[in-house]
Amino acid sequence: MTDAPLLTARGLAKYYGHRLGCRDVDLTLHEGEVLAIVGESGSGKSTLLGLLSTELAPSAGSVTYRMRDGATRDLASLSEAERRLLLRTDWGFVRQHAEQGLRMAVSAGGNVGERLMAVGWRHYENIRSEATDWLSRVEIAAERIDDDPRTFSGGMRQRLQIARNLVTRPRLVFMDEPTSGLDVSVQARLLDLIRQLVEEFGLAVVIVTHDLAVARLLSHRIMVMKSGRVIEQGLTDQVLDDPREPYTQLLVSSVLAA
Amino acid sequence: MNAPVTASSMPAITYNFAYLDEQTKRMIRRAILKAIAIPGYQVPFASREMPMPYGWGTGGVQVTAAILGADDVLKVIDQGSDDTTNAVAIRTFFETTAGVATTTRTQDATIIQTRHRIPEAELKAGQTIVFQVPIPEPLRYLEPRETETRRLHALADYGLMQVKLYEDIARHGHIATTYAYPVKVEGRYVMDPSPIPKFDNPKMNDSPALQLFGAGREKRIYAIPPHTQVVSLDFEDHPFKVQAFKEPCALCGATGVYLDEVILDDKGGRMFVCSDTDHCSTRQAEGHTGTMSAPYQEAAHD
Repeated sequence: MTDAPLLTARGLAKYYGHRLGCRDVDLTLHEGEVLAIVGESGSGKSTLLGLLSTELAPSAGSVTYRMRDGATRDLASLSEAERRLLLRTDWGFVRQHAEQGLRMAVSAGGNVGERLMAVGWRHYENIRSEATDWLSRVEIAAERIDDDPRTFSGGMRQRLQIARNLVTRPRLVFMDEPTSGLDVSVQARLLDLIRQLVEEFGLAVVIVTHDLAVARLLSHRIMVMKSGRVIEQGLTDQVLDDPREPYTQLLVSSVLAA
Repeated sequence: MNAPVTASSMPAITYNFAYLDEQTKRMIRRAILKAIAIPGYQVPFASREMPMPYGWGTGGVQVTAAILGADDVLKVIDQGSDDTTNAVAIRTFFETTAGVATTTRTQDATIIQTRHRIPEAELKAGQTIVFQVPIPEPLRYLEPRETETRRLHALADYGLMQVKLYEDIARHGHIATTYAYPVKVEGRYVMDPSPIPKFDNPKMNDSPALQLFGAGREKRIYAIPPHTQVVSLDFEDHPFKVQAFKEPCALCGATGVYLDEVILDDKGGRMFVCSDTDHCSTRQAEGHTGTMSAPYQEAAHD
């Protein structure tokens, strides 16, 4: 590991016509670091995630990433082929709706194996044993390998999405509200699993959530967004226990105590 | 006011040679040339309405019309047969609109338009085979967006195609795709060879004949120039295999050819015969017989 940051954003902004998506965002992320982006609906957090993951083109600013070969590249300068390779090898993207992150008509094994085949694996049994291995890591029974995700529960779908993304051992994973829409006990298990995998593989994660409890459990650092800007950031426990901005104070005090 | 047009004053219908107007043929030829220059790449073209429904070979007919010359000899097959509806209709169409000679003999033809088969007789240099293609995009059922499939082709991003074969093995224990089996052309583009049985895939590799593919509804033309490498996709531990038949053709005794199953009665009676009717009748004329050849059958009726 080096001290150079993995992902750096400078002066990032996105406008949808005249409407503001987000603006003036600076951030750095190091290997193994988990960053939570919190804020209410419409605060620009999903836009920011889209910009960081190159799904959206920024109106201003830049994002740089330290590739596996150690060279730091401006993501806007990557060719489409390089960008796709990055997306399916060194990065992962876990989406809120599993249907967007999975191929629903393809078996669980095929979903996990897709990235392997995309990077050139051509031995069926090897692909299958790697897929089996990953299914067990995310606590999906091996006998479900040939079932398609339509037959899976919400929690299983999210876990399958995680397996599908982690099979190429990425260093950076983006997560967009991975636990919303799941019931509380399933959420807890999923968070536990994510925390364990982050630990085991030293993953850097950018996680977007409106759930402060998720941020507190998973992240080292937190960014609070409002109206397209970052209004407060810092260590997670510091920001959540001692919020400085009135809006953050409001957010923290809005959480229902169980 | 113009005088009313009566039937007797109308001119007899005349068609331009091979039905299509010359500008359209030029447009299609340009698409064909581009397709030949980039083997396996799907070239969009302005497909015309043809006097037959989509699915009946409008793409193949347009390609044939564009390349047909007055001294060409045309053969048309449908499922390997020269005398099924589609084959007869298209052959008659070109007899009527172009007046070209037609044949059923593979080796006499200069242009062979086909649906579902490549003839058993080896094609030679100078021959052109025109395939009718329903769905030219091999990635279609995996990725419905055309913008995305084009990008996948542009980047040679074919992992998805392998996922399809993976699914086959996972569900059936072997690659169960038996027709329209995807191939990689000259190490670059993955191509749908039209719904020919995978039995015919090896014939496309290094063929001395020019192979053209036309999809009318989908408005795409693609090509395999002579002596081009065509490889069927597979897995290292599940290599590509063609269908094998247990028995020879019941009429001509041929082995190593593609056979059609013909149901004879409702008691499970069946026979297997060459799907390539020209190949079968040629062999029968040469004196080859099978278990159900005509003399045998006559003897059985006595």
